[in-house]
Amino acid sequence: MDARERGWAISRRDALKLGALGAAGLVLGGRSGAWAQAPPRQAKARSVIQIWMWGGPSHLDTFDPKPDAGYDYCGPLGDTVATNVDGIVINAALPLLAQQADKYAIIRSMTHGINAHETASYIVQTGREPGRLVFPCAGAVVSLFRGYDHGYDGIVDPYIVLTQPQGRFSEAGFLGQAYKPFATGGDPARERFEVEGIVAPGITDERQLARRELLAALDTIGAAIPDSPEFALHDRSEQDAYALMLGEARELFDLATEPDEVREVYGRNTFGQSCLMARRLVEQGVPWVTINYKGWDTHKQHFQSMNRMLPELDQGMATLLQDLADRGLLESTIIWWGGEFGRTPRVMWEPPWNGGRGHHGACFTCVVAGGGFQGGRVVGASDARGEQVAERPVYPVDLIGSIYELMGIDPDGPLPNPRGLDVKVLPSAEDGVKTGGRLHEIM
Amino acid sequence: MRRPIVGPLVLLLGLCTLSVGAQPIAPYERADWPIPVGPIDTHVLAALEAHGIEAALPCSDEVFVRRVYLDLTGTLPEPAAVCGFLADDSPDRRARLIDHLMATEAFTDYWALKWCDVLRVKSEFPINLWPNAVQAYHRWVRDAIAENRRCDQFVRELLTSSGSNFRVPPVNFYRAIQGRDPGAIAGAVALSFMGTRLDAWPEQQREQMAAFFSRIAFKGTAEWKEEIVHLDPAATEPLDAVLPDGTAVHIEAGEDPRVVFADWLVAPDNEWFARSIVNRIWYWLMGRGIIHEPDDIRADNPPTNPELLACLERELIDSGFDLRHIYRLILNSRTWQQSAIPRSDDPQAGTLFAYYPVRRLDAEVLIDALCWFAGDGESYSSPIPEPFTWVPEYHPTIALSDGSISSQFLEMFGRPSRDTGLLSERNNEPTQSQRLYLLNSSDVQRRIAQSPRLREILTSTGWNARMTVSELYLTLLSREPTEDEMAVALEYCATDGRRLYDAAVDLSWALINSKEFLYRH
Repeated sequence: MDARERGWAISRRDALKLGALGAAGLVLGGRSGAWAQAPPRQAKARSVIQIWMWGGPSHLDTFDPKPDAGYDYCGPLGDTVATNVDGIVINAALPLLAQQADKYAIIRSMTHGINAHETASYIVQTGREPGRLVFPCAGAVVSLFRGYDHGYDGIVDPYIVLTQPQGRFSEAGFLGQAYKPFATGGDPARERFEVEGIVAPGITDERQLARRELLAALDTIGAAIPDSPEFALHDRSEQDAYALMLGEARELFDLATEPDEVREVYGRNTFGQSCLMARRLVEQGVPWVTINYKGWDTHKQHFQSMNRMLPELDQGMATLLQDLADRGLLESTIIWWGGEFGRTPRVMWEPPWNGGRGHHGACFTCVVAGGGFQGGRVVGASDARGEQVAERPVYPVDLIGSIYELMGIDPDGPLPNPRGLDVKVLPSAEDGVKTGGRLHEIM
Repeated sequence: MRRPIVGPLVLLLGLCTLSVGAQPIAPYERADWPIPVGPIDTHVLAALEAHGIEAALPCSDEVFVRRVYLDLTGTLPEPAAVCGFLADDSPDRRARLIDHLMATEAFTDYWALKWCDVLRVKSEFPINLWPNAVQAYHRWVRDAIAENRRCDQFVRELLTSSGSNFRVPPVNFYRAIQGRDPGAIAGAVALSFMGTRLDAWPEQQREQMAAFFSRIAFKGTAEWKEEIVHLDPAATEPLDAVLPDGTAVHIEAGEDPRVVFADWLVAPDNEWFARSIVNRIWYWLMGRGIIHEPDDIRADNPPTNPELLACLERELIDSGFDLRHIYRLILNSRTWQQSAIPRSDDPQAGTLFAYYPVRRLDAEVLIDALCWFAGDGESYSSPIPEPFTWVPEYHPTIALSDGSISSQFLEMFGRPSRDTGLLSERNNEPTQSQRLYLLNSSDVQRRIAQSPRLREILTSTGWNARMTVSELYLTLLSREPTEDEMAVALEYCATDGRRLYDAAVDLSWALINSKEFLYRH
């Protein structure tokens, strides 16, 4: 994102260059945005990897199995597997993740009661009920508090989505354009990860440079209106774009530099390679990475989809946990796995679903790991069939608030914004939201 | 947010430009005016003179033809239309083109788009109109524009209709609001038709205005997602209310307070209505309201040129609330036909309309222009369930009815979300990701490489470099290249080892990425 949109006088890139030349004062001067914040509170976590299960994953078929509920509920996925933590079992479809259970906590009592995708996604990602204002989602809030205005100096945007954006409702809200995520596009499972706009297919560097010169030589109107502030802004965003296109960012996204065995162990599929890419991004200090994992809205052909997708999920996520731990990054990286809701515990065998699962917002599961969350834990419980919360309800605001706390962001503090609205980072019980309290039992 | 660096050096350069005198800059300007001074110009020029600000020169015919197509229809002119216009030397050619364009489908689509932004026409969250209602509502707005319905009549129907959201489309006005309490409704009415933000009003006045919308009831029917908007039959007491101008009114039981309010609002002697309408149209065409922002009208936000605003208000009322009369008046003015090259560095030059301001193309217009060159359509995504998401191939984005049907491109280029109806929802600021997309995305590469227009140009010119350059300029920038540009382009084509096809692709790429393509000017 263009740093100048946030009110900087000089670009971050220029600032870094100047900083390297010793003009550090300029750097500091440039960072005093119009609504800059006090430095963050004590933070345990530096980055978040959100594995967003687009469409809503079945909690029964993943981390909250109900083998005693019978075939009408479990279908062919009625087996469980013991994990490497005593007393915790998960669905047998996730054998590799079972070996990582010491690293994550399962929240089996997530609830908000909404069964519509857009509204549920909004609540889960903002912690708020829909209202007149459209609030930023957690990724945008984190990129506000932990992005360029607060010491992040990475070469890529502080908020990255692999690979397709989720949609406007869940992104920057009233924070505006500058806090939207950078969506990579492309497919990391391909031989070459063609990050949209950064790695162009079939254009050599030589041709790229020749084109750039041609463009500059033909800038007739720019020469006619040399003082236009609109054109100045345009030129600066263009310079920043070229810095990404021709600079280090390309290497960062070049998964071919990873050893083959590493790429294999993550799984040679879009999700597995997205997990690998996410690890590379948090290594660079990117504060928020969303893996937008599509395909979980399985009204029909549910079990066929699960047979195909659960092994990918299992391999990619388990490898990510292990790899982050091996590299000492799990301590500072939160993983948040979950979707906008769960899926109906009772299988809809009747036509037209013929073995599908519907939307279920009354009770579902999220998984958190790392960055200060304790592993090997279970929070709350669902009832015998996974239909309602049985104990310790956790609302989206509780989960997001806990993540903010670990990231050193005060959930009860003010949320600075370009419109000057007097709003808090998250609503609290006094504002009328339902809350079960933050997840202090596992923090 | 933006902090342009205007150093003394820049100021000095600006002064130098001035002192050179008003030499027209090719190919954007001409020396003499092809049209007389009109009523608008009198007021604009008077204000400029009072501040000692020099107005810009007349725009060239090349600039005019591109500008009038973009501003009136949101589409680029076909090269043949450009050539036809440039070959026409009749004195009224500009006025005739303006009239011609107001009769096109694209004009109707483009202005329906703008009104649907204001009226928040969108199926899903947070407006939740639902697709059937969106189709009906959009069609109704579009028809009103196509027949040039009086705008007082248009607004009266929006405010006073009752019935089914599927069968009486204007009732959707009351459904396209976040919140259905009288206060939220009054806020939407004030924003949409008075250009003012109710939350800045004193509480008592807010409540007084809300009272007129306190007797609206909504009920469902057996039809899925059908909803009837009607006068609340439970309200059996008469209502004593106070209009925003302070007039007390007594409304009998059974009488619809919305009708009383609408009668007041669109009355010719009510300054609120005509002012907000003409000011918004001026903003759409001139990039800045005479009162700015155009939906933030209040006592302490005065017009920069009160006489100009009063003149437009009078014209609207005297013409019988004829919007096309206002478009015609503005587009045929010297003010709108000025060049985009400022001749004054006075900070008030922009607010007093001393030049035509450059503005990045709207997201919908830009994607349509790219698709037009590429001979393809945009692929949309939508959270709306099938079959309502189906959009025909080659359907222009400016004709899209539903704010919930979108694409990554539209999001990236700041299309309004239609959540609030605020004009500021549209964000045309350039960003790094937009530049990455246009400079280097596979979408743009593919669109250029597969462009049937590019292929047609190469074959019809017999793979002649000079003619190809000319045709590409005509197609993409609506003008012939200057000599300098031709020399640069030909040199590029003649570079060792570069095939003409690749050079033509690169030239198309450079023109699409040029400011002249990306900005209204």
